[in-house]
Order: sequence, then C-alpha cells, then structure tokens
Amino acid sequence: MTELTKQDRPGHPMVKAEGVRKSYGQVEVLKGIDLEVRQGEVFCLIGPSGSGKSTFLRCINHLEKINGGFLSVDGELVGYRQKGDRLYELKDREVAVKRQDIGMVFQRFNLFPHMTALQNIVEAPVQVKGESRAEAKQRGMALLERVGLADKADSYPSQLSGGQQQRVAIARALAMKPKLMLFDEPTSALDPELVGDVLDVMRDLAREGMTMIVVTHEMGFAREVGDALVFMDGGVVVESGHPREVLTNPQHERTRAFLSKVL
Amino acid sequence: MNSPDQGVVEQPARPENIKAVPVRHPGRWAGAVVIAVLLAMLLHALFYNKAFQWDVVGKYLFDSSITHGLVVTLELTALSMVMGLVGGVLLAVMRLSPNPLLSGTAWLYIWIFRGTPVLVQLVFWNFLGALWPTLSIGIPFGPEFWSESTNTLIPVFTAALLGLGLNEAAYMAEIVRGGIQSVDEGQSEASHALGMSRFTTMRRIVLPQAMRVIIPPTGNETISMLKTTSLVSVIALEELFRAGQNIYSRTFETIPLLITVSLWYLFLTSVLTIGQYYVERYYARGSNRALPPTPIQRIRALFQGRHTPPAPPVVNPGVHGGGNFS
Repeated sequence: MTELTKQDRPGHPMVKAEGVRKSYGQVEVLKGIDLEVRQGEVFCLIGPSGSGKSTFLRCINHLEKINGGFLSVDGELVGYRQKGDRLYELKDREVAVKRQDIGMVFQRFNLFPHMTALQNIVEAPVQVKGESRAEAKQRGMALLERVGLADKADSYPSQLSGGQQQRVAIARALAMKPKLMLFDEPTSALDPELVGDVLDVMRDLAREGMTMIVVTHEMGFAREVGDALVFMDGGVVVESGHPREVLTNPQHERTRAFLSKVL
Repeated sequence: MNSPDQGVVEQPARPENIKAVPVRHPGRWAGAVVIAVLLAMLLHALFYNKAFQWDVVGKYLFDSSITHGLVVTLELTALSMVMGLVGGVLLAVMRLSPNPLLSGTAWLYIWIFRGTPVLVQLVFWNFLGALWPTLSIGIPFGPEFWSESTNTLIPVFTAALLGLGLNEAAYMAEIVRGGIQSVDEGQSEASHALGMSRFTTMRRIVLPQAMRVIIPPTGNETISMLKTTSLVSVIALEELFRAGQNIYSRTFETIPLLITVSLWYLFLTSVLTIGQYYVERYYARGSNRALPPTPIQRIRALFQGRHTPPAPPVVNPGVHGGGNFS
C-alpha cells in the first residue's frame, strides 16, 4: 500500500494542497499538486531538477504566487483571504505576518553577510516581533548552542564553513518559533563531509516534533527520518507513500528510473 | 608506519629554506631616474618662475576672506551631499518600487535633473523670484493661507544648496540603484521568509550591503562636489573660489590667487580621500575574511622591524564557505 491514508498518519493537516498550479509565462511548472502534510510530520519531496519541488515549497510561504488551486497552511489560505465566495489578495504586510510562522532554509544558506552569526539570528525577532535585544540574544545563544556553534557567535558568515553557515541559517529560522519549517535542498551546496552535521540538526528537530517539509536528494535521510515522501516529476506528484515503501518498492516506472540514478 | 597519513611511508627530510637571487628590475631603476629628473625640472620651473608669485600665494593662503570662503565651500559641500544622498536613496527606492506612480515620478525627476546642466539649475533657483515673485501655501486654485516673497524665502545660499543638492540627488539615485541591484536576490528572499516587511528588508538587509557598492562612487561624488561648488560663484555666493576672484579682481594677482584656491581644494580632496578609504574599509567587513592592514598599520609594522605585516588570522583553513556572498 503506497497511498498515504489518514489511518496511518495522525495529527491535523498543517499544509493542504489541492490542484495547485503555477506557471511562469507560458511554462507550467506545477500542473495540479495534491498533497497533505500533517502536524509533526517530516515530509520529503524528491524528484529530478525542474520537477517543480522547489517551486512548490516556495509557494507555501508565498515567495511564489500560485495561479490555480487551493493551498492552505494551518487552515488558512496562503496569500488570500476568503470572504463569501470571493478571494481577496493579502497586503504585503499581512503576508509578512503569516510568514513569521513558517521558517525557511535555503540551498545557498542566504545568511546576511554583514552580520555575525548571532546578529543573523537576533535580527528578525527584534525587528519583526519587537523582542528586546537582550532577550533575543539570550535565545540566540541557546539556539547556536543547539546547533553546536556557540563558539561561532561572533563570526561573520564568510568565516564559517558551508555546513556551519547552514546550521546558523536553521537557528535563524528557529528563532521566529515557527510551526512549520521548509528546507529547500539544505545540503546540496555542501561538501560531502559537511552534510552529516546539518542532517544531525534536522534529525534532532524532527525528534522534537517540528513539522518539516524537506526538498532533498538525501535518500538516506528520507528513509530514516521521513514520515511521508512524495516523488514529483514534470510538475505533478507521481507517487507518494511512506519513504521506506516508495524507496524500496517504487510502483511507477518514472520513480524507478529516478531512484536507480540517485541511490 | 608512524605517520597518520596513509600512503606516506617515510617522512622525507625537511628541505632547507630557499635561498635564491630575487628577480632584478633594471627597467624600474632606469624609469625612476628619468621620472626624478623630470620632477626636478618641473619643481624648478614652478619655483624659480617669478610669475607664479609664491610670496603672494603664501600671503593669501590664510587670508580671512579666503578662510571664510573655505568654510562656506565646506558647508555647501556637506549639506548638498547630505541632500543628494538622502534624496538619492529615496529616489532609488521609488524607482525600484512596484508602484508605477512612484517609479514614474522618480524616473521623471532623474530625467530632468540629470538632463540639464547644473549651472543652469543654479541660476534657475537663484532667479526663481523673477518667475514667481511670491510663494504661498493654500488650496490648489483656491484661497491662500500663507504667502512670502520668493527672494526672502530663498536667499542665495539656499538657492545654491537647492541647485547642487537636487542635481546631486539625481546622480546619487542611479548610484544607489546600482548598489541595491547588486545585492543577491536570495538576501531579500531570506529576509521576507523571516517575516520582515519590504521596508525593514530594505533598511536592515539590502541597503547596508548595497553600501559597499555605493560608497566608492559616493566618495568620488563628494570630491567632485567640493569642486563643483565653485560654480556657485556665478550667483555671487562668496565661497572659496569667489573669495579668490574678489581679491584678484582688485589686485590683478590672478595666477597666485588661483593657486592659493587650488591648494585648498587639493588639501580638502586629500582629506576626503583618506576618509573615503576608512569608510570603505568599514563597509567591507564581513565580505573579506580579514582586511589588509591600513597604510598607517603598515608603517608601524615597518618601524617595528617587520617588513611584512603579520599574516591575518585565518579562520577555518581549507574551508571555502561563503563564496556566494562575494
């Protein structure tokens, strides 16, 4: 059984997508995505490059606008407000408020290079939530400790290795106390020997019950930590199920072809 | 095998330090001699030509009207650059705004103020009173609440400031826009993903990084502005150049006074150049692993008997982090 059924997945739906479509001009990158991510789940998205998995992830916090379908986070529509049967676009300010609850980690880290590791973490809580700098710093240090980088608080990103930068980026996202974390190929830009440290941090996060959507090429991580897995290709969900089942016993030809190349 | 490094069976004997004859540069020495001779000729020509009247240059160097003009020049430079910078940032942000009204307005402003000579703009602001004798506040096409003579409202210093500052804003806008666009898109994405508004993202994330690109041309603009203020002499504001003019129109010591004035301009631009160096260093933090030593640090190192400054501390040797932030 490879379909994700309600019985084997507890928790209320955190992200719900029905027929989500997205195009850039004439090119349709998402051709109707249906999926459901439940609270506390580690949800892995795999697929060849250009399959639309990163685009879908970016739709979830409205970095990309969807052209069709229905997409909600924690029961609320992304980017719109529904009044009666009409949709109203949200203002930039309202979108920003919703993004506070959704952490995102990027492939290229995107740390702020003019700030130290600690300043990177402190920035959003202070600027967005109005937290006092002292309090934010204290929490920031605790987060750095959690990702094993307490001694790098005063280092600038350019003085850190890729793996360290990515762990700071995770701590930065966690500082906003998100209820959902999005990971966009978090280990793809790392040297192989640095991947493990980042995956360790993500593993801890999963153990603590964080809802995570992870676009990844790390099949080992998906198999070990993932609660659900979706294989995407050409802008559609080809196959979904429990990671162990999909990865060991893929049902579709395209999934098999892809896995034979990456495993 | 006592070496932890597998494959290295035997530790080779440590080679001795290299003793080699450095590459010779005979061309450099020859060139230096030629330049030294030319320089000596130039200095001789300058100082032994009575027409330069160096004693007159010295006499007026600290003359009260010259130093007064100097202060006006400095005030004008500083204030118009502040106006230019603030206006430039505002215009650049407007120009990049998705709001067509804002970007259109900024485009129109830049088109007009960059497209006409600053000299014309200076004269225009000075003669604004001839075009509109009074300026007033009220309801458009309706009653007026407050009104004042234009010439009272815009004295010559204000006219000069408006002419220089508003023109500078148009140039600075393009410099700032280039700086903003040089910041990686991922930076604003990361900032937005953290829930920061467009304004906060611009103020805290994008602009500080854009500064690294904005500062060097702004230094140039400041140095250029210092000299452009001399144009203000056409509307009879007594700044440094006009002060010199006033004296030589009386005494006919034209060349010595132009030298006096030029020496001051040269001195001030030198000071600005040094300031620019340190400001650039400040905004380069985070982008270089370690900053190269300043000339002063280098000289100090030299006096301590070290010909090369101490190597900057290398953090995490062998790790190539942060390549994407260059």
